[in-house]
Amino acid sequence: MSTTYHLTTPLSDETVSKLKSGDIVYLNGTIFTARDAAHKRLVDLLDEGKELPFDIKGAVIYFVGPTPPKPGDPIGSAGPTTSYRMDSYSPRLIAEGLKGMIGKGKRNKDVTDACEKYKAIYFGATGGAGALLGKQIKSAEIIAYPELGPEAVRKLEVVDFPVTVVNDTYGEDLYKIGRAQYEVK
Amino acid sequence: MREIAYEEIVKNVRDIIVYSASNLPEDALNAMKEAYENEKSPVSKEVLKQLLENADIASSEARPLCQDTGLAVFFVKLGADVKVVGGLLKDAINEGTEKGYVEGYLRASTCHPFTRANNKDTVGYNLPAIIHLDIVEGDKIDIEYAAKGGGSENVSRARVFPPAAGKQGVIDYVKECISDAGPNPCPPLTVGVGIGGTFEKAAISSKHALFRNIGSVNEDPEMAELEDVIKTELNKLGIGTMGMGGTETVLAVHIEANPCHIASLPVSVNVQCHSSRHTHITI
Repeated sequence: MSTTYHLTTPLSDETVSKLKSGDIVYLNGTIFTARDAAHKRLVDLLDEGKELPFDIKGAVIYFVGPTPPKPGDPIGSAGPTTSYRMDSYSPRLIAEGLKGMIGKGKRNKDVTDACEKYKAIYFGATGGAGALLGKQIKSAEIIAYPELGPEAVRKLEVVDFPVTVVNDTYGEDLYKIGRAQYEVK
Repeated sequence: MREIAYEEIVKNVRDIIVYSASNLPEDALNAMKEAYENEKSPVSKEVLKQLLENADIASSEARPLCQDTGLAVFFVKLGADVKVVGGLLKDAINEGTEKGYVEGYLRASTCHPFTRANNKDTVGYNLPAIIHLDIVEGDKIDIEYAAKGGGSENVSRARVFPPAAGKQGVIDYVKECISDAGPNPCPPLTVGVGIGGTFEKAAISSKHALFRNIGSVNEDPEMAELEDVIKTELNKLGIGTMGMGGTETVLAVHIEANPCHIASLPVSVNVQCHSSRHTHITI
């Protein structure tokens, strides 16, 4: 039932519409990092009618605060952080053209509704697999808010970055489907 | 009096912090392997495989297991016959913590609660460490350390029940906590349960319960039995590894119980993700 895709960013409406909850996706190309503090600043910029530090159309945002790189490495360990903390900001960014988010854990209804309405995907990456996931990141450059340290916005180039479709554009949720199969009432 | 140099404590603390960040302790690694063997869901099994591979990469390439290298939490037992020479014990632990996080290329995850600013003027590089100190007999310093991540801490909770809630009240409360948490705290989990004491005693006990080795048996047979009951109940939730659905949601339930006030039954649930980075040394 689960299909495997190799996709390159930016993502189009057509591409994200193919994806279903449970599909495995290997992402390639540019993705951007942002966590709590950066999300607040991005939405503040939109409220002020200012430009975002990167093109949001078709973009994928990774919820991550990496460890500092060791000398010679582009980045340190870089697994996903828990996504619900971005729930109050994500719908706004999705409405502006964001096509993918990578994190771990549940999203609220505002986010999944926005995923349906504007066609966007919430991908899950494996939490706690920071060493393994960091190796799929080939370059990292801070493009905004360096003062936020691990929370600064980074532009990453990734190769075959492994994620799973959690919330698709049809209102399905992998966490609900998976749990229902194994729950003993 | 045995004299222990401030610098010796700094060095020991620094070393355990750096080592723990990339090396999953044997008890946690074995528990993850066992979960991999037992897991019925192919999706969760695949993710467990990825996590075991991650542990392998982290240890062989000295990379942090997880980007959340935690807040540094210590339970320290200071022997009454020890004199720390050259500075204060608390300062030595904090200095060792900062050294470990800086020199190990670990993430500084502390910040001001409201401004969220993360700079050396206000908080230091991942400082302050969280230190629970006890004074005991003897001439040694016993240090238990864990790197405590935020995702699992965020789903932890505490409540003071009326005594009538009893054992069933505790079971239901823990189950509700883990069920609500779902995929967020990075299962499979270790669940620390502090029962009794006062409000804060229950919370500290639930934290300390996470430092116990997975697979060890509770010394109190009644609590050992309750741990088994709760673990079975939690694994019925079907959450699985990273919430993908599955049979292995918790690796262990650890209880620490204390006598409490005749009017109260405090219960605290502290949750630990699958990356249970904890260690124990004696100086």
